[in-house]
Amino acid sequence: MGSTLIDKVWERHVVRRVEGEPDLLFIDLHLIHEVTTPQAFDGLRLAGRGVRRPDLTLGTMDHNVPTDIAGLGMHNTELVTDEVSRAQMLALAKNCEEYGIPLFPMGHANQGIVHVIGPELGLTLPGMTVVCGDSHTSTHGAFGGIAFGIGTSEVEHVLATQTLPQIKPKTMQVVVDGEVPEGVTAKDIVLAIIARIGTGGGMGHIIEYRGSAIRALSMEGRMTVCNMSIEGGAKAGLIAPDETTFTYLRGRDYAPKGADWEAAVTDWRALVTDDDATFDKSVFIDAATLEPHVSWGTNPGQTVSISAVVPSPDSVTDPVERNAVVRALEYMALIPGTPMRSISVDTVFIGSCTNSRIEDLRVAAGILDGRHLAANIRALIVPGSYRVKKQAEEEGLDKIFVTAGAEWREPGCSMCLGMNPDALKPGERSASTSNRNFEGRQGRGSRTHLVSPAVAAATAVAGHLATPADLAARQGIR
Amino acid sequence: MNPVTVISGTAVPLDRSDVDTDQIIPSDWLKRIERTGFGKGLFAEWRDDRDFVLNKEEYAGARILIAGSNFGTGSSREHAVWALEDYGFEAVISPRFGDIFRNNATKVGLLPVTVTAEIGEQLMRAVEADPTLEITIDVERRSLSAPKIGLETTFPLDDFTAYRLLNGLDDIGLTMRQGDAITSYESTRPAWSPSTIPR
Repeated sequence: MGSTLIDKVWERHVVRRVEGEPDLLFIDLHLIHEVTTPQAFDGLRLAGRGVRRPDLTLGTMDHNVPTDIAGLGMHNTELVTDEVSRAQMLALAKNCEEYGIPLFPMGHANQGIVHVIGPELGLTLPGMTVVCGDSHTSTHGAFGGIAFGIGTSEVEHVLATQTLPQIKPKTMQVVVDGEVPEGVTAKDIVLAIIARIGTGGGMGHIIEYRGSAIRALSMEGRMTVCNMSIEGGAKAGLIAPDETTFTYLRGRDYAPKGADWEAAVTDWRALVTDDDATFDKSVFIDAATLEPHVSWGTNPGQTVSISAVVPSPDSVTDPVERNAVVRALEYMALIPGTPMRSISVDTVFIGSCTNSRIEDLRVAAGILDGRHLAANIRALIVPGSYRVKKQAEEEGLDKIFVTAGAEWREPGCSMCLGMNPDALKPGERSASTSNRNFEGRQGRGSRTHLVSPAVAAATAVAGHLATPADLAARQGIR
Repeated sequence: MNPVTVISGTAVPLDRSDVDTDQIIPSDWLKRIERTGFGKGLFAEWRDDRDFVLNKEEYAGARILIAGSNFGTGSSREHAVWALEDYGFEAVISPRFGDIFRNNATKVGLLPVTVTAEIGEQLMRAVEADPTLEITIDVERRSLSAPKIGLETTFPLDDFTAYRLLNGLDDIGLTMRQGDAITSYESTRPAWSPSTIPR
């Protein structure tokens, strides 16, 4: 019987296997940021341990970064006014210096959201194991490796040993076959998957996304899909590398060059699931049936097509699920039966490790070009990294955003998680390209609707949840 | 980590499913660089509600949290485990845990106890009806019992994790004994493997 891609990547990284113990896995790349590392470094110091492979470790600052401190500068961190945030960022700088770990701090030309910079620098490559103290590490699986989020104890473990003891998860395939209808994006595909499998559907599994609709996605789109694997409960999500992957990686700063590149690509071509391999669990989705998706509730599984209405608790038979629906409706202040398109928002956020890459910004700019935000709408557009920001400005996208009435900000996690000044006020409602609509996620009392960049931009213009096609239809009527 | 062998005490019923780590410890608490003191932030937003179950006097001093399915989903923040532990919980019972939360919990010594949906429901109702109900969880026997309601069941826990918990062993120390195996593996990595420090 053949092997899955998941099996192949896993087996390549087993340092030690003993019956009755977890496999000891080697970690090819450890990304670190300011939030989940200070206690890990303290632990190392307490035990008198060093960092085994600073050359396989990279730090950046993203979660706490205010997105209004403009320009490059080595001392930007010191301009952060929130003292607790600043102390955390400076702690990372101090720890990286002490242990010889390369760091792209605030104000560095390579700084950005940890899951944006790894791939864009060419550090995330097919077949690798990548970990980071952040659940959206699953993003890096888009290149065909096993990438997963870890806690601070495990961060300390990887710093000390460059390995992690891991029990091998089960394998799951999510096959999306066919051609997606016009207007359906990678974000809609992954929201539809989570709506189908639920927030626990992938628990204990690594997902391989397969099928022609997945193959047709760009690397940016694949990263969006893999990014949200954790929202379906999966340990990780990955996509087999192909020409799209190789074309994206060729020539990137840290990617192999010359003969090394040829050797690497030859190796990567073997990273596919064998035809006769089997998975522990399978989900099949017909791409042709998909529509733009938006969330209505307080977990990413509480998502429907934008053409649908807010669901009623009466439609749910399981009592626990029904209670969750009642609670979510109350928190979101929504009435069952309300068409999703009639829900008005206060704020539109385009950014986060899910949707802040150049392609996302191009889509948003294409919709906002020649249009203006609806009255009373605030729109934050936050590039995922300085490189993305620079590229967008070279293409003139920033001018389109500002002319439309949106705010063009500096790179960071921004309004995804309420750890920096970009947050909603209690009761405010957003259409957000981020990944979590949890209670209070975007600030205490915030209400979040997860959407694609296309729906976010159209919503900013319409003032209520809308698709680009809705805007075009409205203009046609005029 | 201190050894975790037998946990015995009363429990708090948190009758909600999909309790994500953002609810367990809101993100503004994540700016701290210390390892202790997170108990005050546990369920911070929900605790503002006087009727929230953790605010009820009859559940004070409980060592066990009983929650609905999908407990600890979302963010990888180990701060969620630290908050539960700092507050005084030694075990969490749920029909299903977020993978990262579960991992984090076993590293720190907070015991995740996975039960069937039926037993979860039975315990939830029993503790709601009787806050003094004593529950005993035995790591070595992988057993959970509540004699007053005639409940005796087992829960899954892999041998290695049980061994670490029972002996209070430092995971990193165990791996560091494998230094030779790691060095030997490192010598087999492809030459083109990327480095974050330009060679």
